[in-house]
Amino acid sequence: MRKLFLFFACLAGPAAAQPPAAPAPAQPAAQAPAQQTQGDQNGRLVVDVVGGISAPMPIAIPVMPTPASANTPAGETGALGREIAQIVANDLKGSGLFAPTGPSGLPAVAFPQVATPDFSVWGGTGAQALIQGFVQANADGNLTVGCYLYDTLAKTELKREGFVVTPALWRRAAHKCADMVYTRLTGEGPYFDSRVVYVSETGPKANRTKRLAIMDQDGANHRFLTNGQSIVLTPRFAPNHQTIVYMSYVGDRPRAYVYDIGSGRQRLLVNEPYMTFAPRFSPDGRWVIFSMSVNGNTDIYRVPASGGAPHRLTEAPGIDTGGSYSPDGSRIVFESDRGGSQQLYVMNADGSNQHRISFGGGTYATPVWSPRGDLIAFTHIGGAAFRIGIMGPDGGGEKMLSNAWQDESPTWSPNGRVIMFFRTAQGSGRTELWSVDLTGVNARHIPTPLDGSDPAWSPLLP
Amino acid sequence: MKTTSLSLIAASAALALTAGCAKKAPKEIPPPPMHGGEATQGNGEGAAGPGTGSVGQANLGGARADFLRNVASDRVFFGTDEYALDAQDRQTLDGQAAWLMAHPSVSVTIEGHCDERGTREYNLALGDRRANAVKDYLQAKGIPAARMTTISYGKERPVALGSNEEAWAQNRRAVTVVPQ
Repeated sequence: MRKLFLFFACLAGPAAAQPPAAPAPAQPAAQAPAQQTQGDQNGRLVVDVVGGISAPMPIAIPVMPTPASANTPAGETGALGREIAQIVANDLKGSGLFAPTGPSGLPAVAFPQVATPDFSVWGGTGAQALIQGFVQANADGNLTVGCYLYDTLAKTELKREGFVVTPALWRRAAHKCADMVYTRLTGEGPYFDSRVVYVSETGPKANRTKRLAIMDQDGANHRFLTNGQSIVLTPRFAPNHQTIVYMSYVGDRPRAYVYDIGSGRQRLLVNEPYMTFAPRFSPDGRWVIFSMSVNGNTDIYRVPASGGAPHRLTEAPGIDTGGSYSPDGSRIVFESDRGGSQQLYVMNADGSNQHRISFGGGTYATPVWSPRGDLIAFTHIGGAAFRIGIMGPDGGGEKMLSNAWQDESPTWSPNGRVIMFFRTAQGSGRTELWSVDLTGVNARHIPTPLDGSDPAWSPLLP
Repeated sequence: MKTTSLSLIAASAALALTAGCAKKAPKEIPPPPMHGGEATQGNGEGAAGPGTGSVGQANLGGARADFLRNVASDRVFFGTDEYALDAQDRQTLDGQAAWLMAHPSVSVTIEGHCDERGTREYNLALGDRRANAVKDYLQAKGIPAARMTTISYGKERPVALGSNEEAWAQNRRAVTVVPQ
């Protein structure tokens, strides 16, 4: 059952608003396969996501007032108004595109002012945009969170949405509010209301304990899914964001498993006497592709997600692995060493028309097709570095986004504009999760309770 | 449990049968007996006995200990991103094959490992290649495939912990593991 839904479709602000100048790209977009700047031809307040370095947009986020203080399982509604404003600020700041102020240090907003802001106050703060809202406890036990976005210079409302959540899901209302703002001001899809499954690591380098763990995109609501008795690797979400495929060494038999988050139950993906790994769902959730090593030869296979007989997609001698579907399900990008070294190849979903797309120096691994379809992220190995990069599906427009001793295993945000990956430290072997946007500028460490590797970003939550 | 016990007994029996054959001497002298060590006390000679005669060695270890004593190495090493066996590897494996021929009841697991300088999934596949390279060689030397299980650990279980070429060379390995 969906517990969170919009109750009020937004009204977009009048397009004729006076334009605060959009931040101009300070540099050309390097080799980024460019979505061009949205521009502000329509006179709208806009933020450029891929155009390179520009000053983050100043945005004010005061505490969200409550019409009537009430105690809820999530806390008192007034206190929630401060926490929700803080989460919205953190989300927007984390995107690298906004410079939020507040909620601390900003003037209090009275409840009646939420829908009629005093622009004379906000215009003087330097903020180009203003987010106001409210938190209300409903008679049925749910919470309503209102979220309003204003252009402080044009003195207009740009968008408003309201969210009704059970108290347990109160943080998601904050992420939905941040997503509304991000989407309205950047023109890009939302991504803050999403989760990450990854491998939590601890213990000595020679014998790491690895557990599946899941958390919200911002690190909240963290919990472990497996107990660490067996090595677990490479989890991936199904499109329903409730099912995970991953690889486990349980019983000293390295195999791919299908795991249901809600029930905690799992089953073997296929029952074969060989190692199965690198499982990935198709975009419609009906298929899983995976790799199987038969007497030293690794190929990519496809099996119905509900179980069945594997169908072999690659035949080349050598290692074919790391498959990833295009978002329309028609093609698969994968890595192969059939030409002598690890390189990226694309084939049709039925295995036909296999052709190489990576031709730069060094080797390429772990390709992941963007959910937007426009880019493929990968690990590049060369010059004594493992780096995260992107290229178009035809191999053009290659660009490196990270630079460290060992970065690998990229995963895309639901909107295809941010990449998470893991970084291994030289010597200690300790691992951390990081994210970077497509400019390569906004690199951020993602805090986890223990070390972390193999992140996989969920689709946007409903 | 049952099968393990039986195979140990069989391995011991096989050991007894071959005890008279010419064998390589143990390369390592057993450690000095500890106080209370069961293996060296209570032989019934009595406290007043002469105490000067030679004492034979009893092999109380299982098949693994015997294997490790009698082969040059339980592992072979590979070049970066390689799985080919060189002359030294083949010599090592010839010794392993001889031991396995002499202990036909023992089944082994061959582990394939990689250094940390590869991506995780590729290394799983590469470790599988290395384990199978050893399995194929031993099979060619007459060891039935049914006695050998392969498993790849990719880069998950390094033995040398540094991030340098010396450590990586030790970690690019295939290990023949005999049950205890």
